[in-house]
Amino acid sequence: MRAALARFVIGQPLGAAGAVVVVVLIAVALLAPALSPHGPKDAAFAPYVAPSWEFPMGTDQLGRDLLSRVIWGARLSLYVGVASVMFGVTLGALWGTVTAYLGGAADAGSQRVVDSLMALPPIILALSLMAALGQSVNNVILALVILLTPTAARTVRAVALGVAATPFIEAAQAAGASRTRIIFRHLIPNCMASYIVLVTTNISYAIVVEASLSFIGAGAPPDEPSWGGMLTAGIQALETAPWMVFFPGLAISLAVFGLNLFGDSIRDLTDPRLRGGLG
Amino acid sequence: MQTYVLHRLLLFVPTLLGASILIFVLMRLVPGDIAEILVYQTGSESSAIQEKQIQQIRQELGLDRPVVTQYLDWIAGAVRGDFGQSYVQRRPVMDILIERFPRSMELAILTLLIAMVWAIPLGVVSAVRQNGPLDYLARLVSLSGLSLPLFFTGALILYGLVRFFRWLPPLEFVSFTEDPVENLKQLIWPALAQAYYISAPITRLTRSQMLEVIRQDYVRTARAKGLAERAVVYRHALRNSLLPVITFIGWWGGRLLGGVVIMEMIFVVPGMGSALIQAVSQRDYPTVQAMIFVMALVFLAVNLFVDLLYAWLDPRIRYA
Repeated sequence: MRAALARFVIGQPLGAAGAVVVVVLIAVALLAPALSPHGPKDAAFAPYVAPSWEFPMGTDQLGRDLLSRVIWGARLSLYVGVASVMFGVTLGALWGTVTAYLGGAADAGSQRVVDSLMALPPIILALSLMAALGQSVNNVILALVILLTPTAARTVRAVALGVAATPFIEAAQAAGASRTRIIFRHLIPNCMASYIVLVTTNISYAIVVEASLSFIGAGAPPDEPSWGGMLTAGIQALETAPWMVFFPGLAISLAVFGLNLFGDSIRDLTDPRLRGGLG
Repeated sequence: MQTYVLHRLLLFVPTLLGASILIFVLMRLVPGDIAEILVYQTGSESSAIQEKQIQQIRQELGLDRPVVTQYLDWIAGAVRGDFGQSYVQRRPVMDILIERFPRSMELAILTLLIAMVWAIPLGVVSAVRQNGPLDYLARLVSLSGLSLPLFFTGALILYGLVRFFRWLPPLEFVSFTEDPVENLKQLIWPALAQAYYISAPITRLTRSQMLEVIRQDYVRTARAKGLAERAVVYRHALRNSLLPVITFIGWWGGRLLGGVVIMEMIFVVPGMGSALIQAVSQRDYPTVQAMIFVMALVFLAVNLFVDLLYAWLDPRIRYA
């Protein structure tokens, strides 16, 4: 375990740096109640206080401590990012493998649905979904699931088609294995690598979409500590309180940067063509 | 080539129809229709009267008919360029489109031009000088571009403009035909912010493609026959690495029309995005449907064009 970790750090220094950021992000998200000096929704202070010892990131338009909101924002972002990707990518991967194996009308039909969903601009689709569902954190997750599923289905389908054409699937068919057995015992395990890559690379995307939705006022309700929502409030007070833009923006950029570096290195490791020395 | 074109065209229509059905159903799922919004806004006293008014408005707008009838009616109009009347603005949706579409389109095209002019040469330099200082700089710039969310870059640029140049987004939009200079002054900043974001993947893709091509035998042949390095890089290597880059840019280009929403919000550009956000919140179905329909249409049309271009450039695809 330790040797594997050392090899990862040496082989993927950028990925390791990303992993550190990811670990910090998870820690902050989990320990938010202990780390934040005030409640994220407590409008208990003077509005627009500049950063100081008492309020390291200043306060916002309602007099809430920005540091506490940024810390709780990590929890919200990570929760939305992980939950939506787990559901969305898993659903899409299942959809992709099953229709790829069944082929014929099921496959062609589902591909047209995927095409139609992908023709709609993602932010606009999410915006309309939020209007239909109503603003809440869990509905943001639902909207993201609908956004992520077709792309995952398309990617995994392509991989599954390749796997389905290999001799061992034919061997399983010849041995009389049932359809369900072939899909779940043979096809899905062999598509796992692309599934893992999709999960790691999509979390940062989901976090950005969540923030963008909150930014245009269609995501989490305004009192929820979403980094995107904080930025909107900040833009309205750009001249008087630039810190309201700066700190939430920095938080989200760091999180996305770390997740991207980490995701990139996971992709490199799972792609045998790019794998050098690491087994 | 003919069967390929035919195949692509045949896919185009059902996909567009599918997308339009999705939008239509989605808008019908939104709780609270325009009738309720209009009536409760005016605030009559009795709820029985309000109920009656709501029914009346629904009848006038045809919202009491089955959804399938409404859809067929709408799509029949849409193919003839008639998107109906806006519920809120009380004028044809087509007029709103004619007003808003060119602005968003201009912003999207400007973004794409800036991104290409700067990202492709950067990718080439990065590959030709692999692992040199310029390469590292280029990779760092593009990686940071990928990580800074669009609205943060936009907000930072806006802050810089406000703080150091006392520049505020103008309240009146000036079209390019009226006054090109004023128009560009207005659109250059959102275009730059967005171009920075999308140039990152373009640089990365150009770099990796160039690295692959530059090791090919025919590039060595070009060098061996004594061609100048410039000619080798630009005429032989770059041309052959641009194919995937073109697909990618095409994909982004199609997406941009829907993606400029955030930039329009920050820099107060009265384009399709801001109109769309407003229309969604007002339950102005005809406007929302028409705008998303046009966005999907542009996306699919650009994709179709890129696919055909690709096939024309690369004979292997035509005959596959």
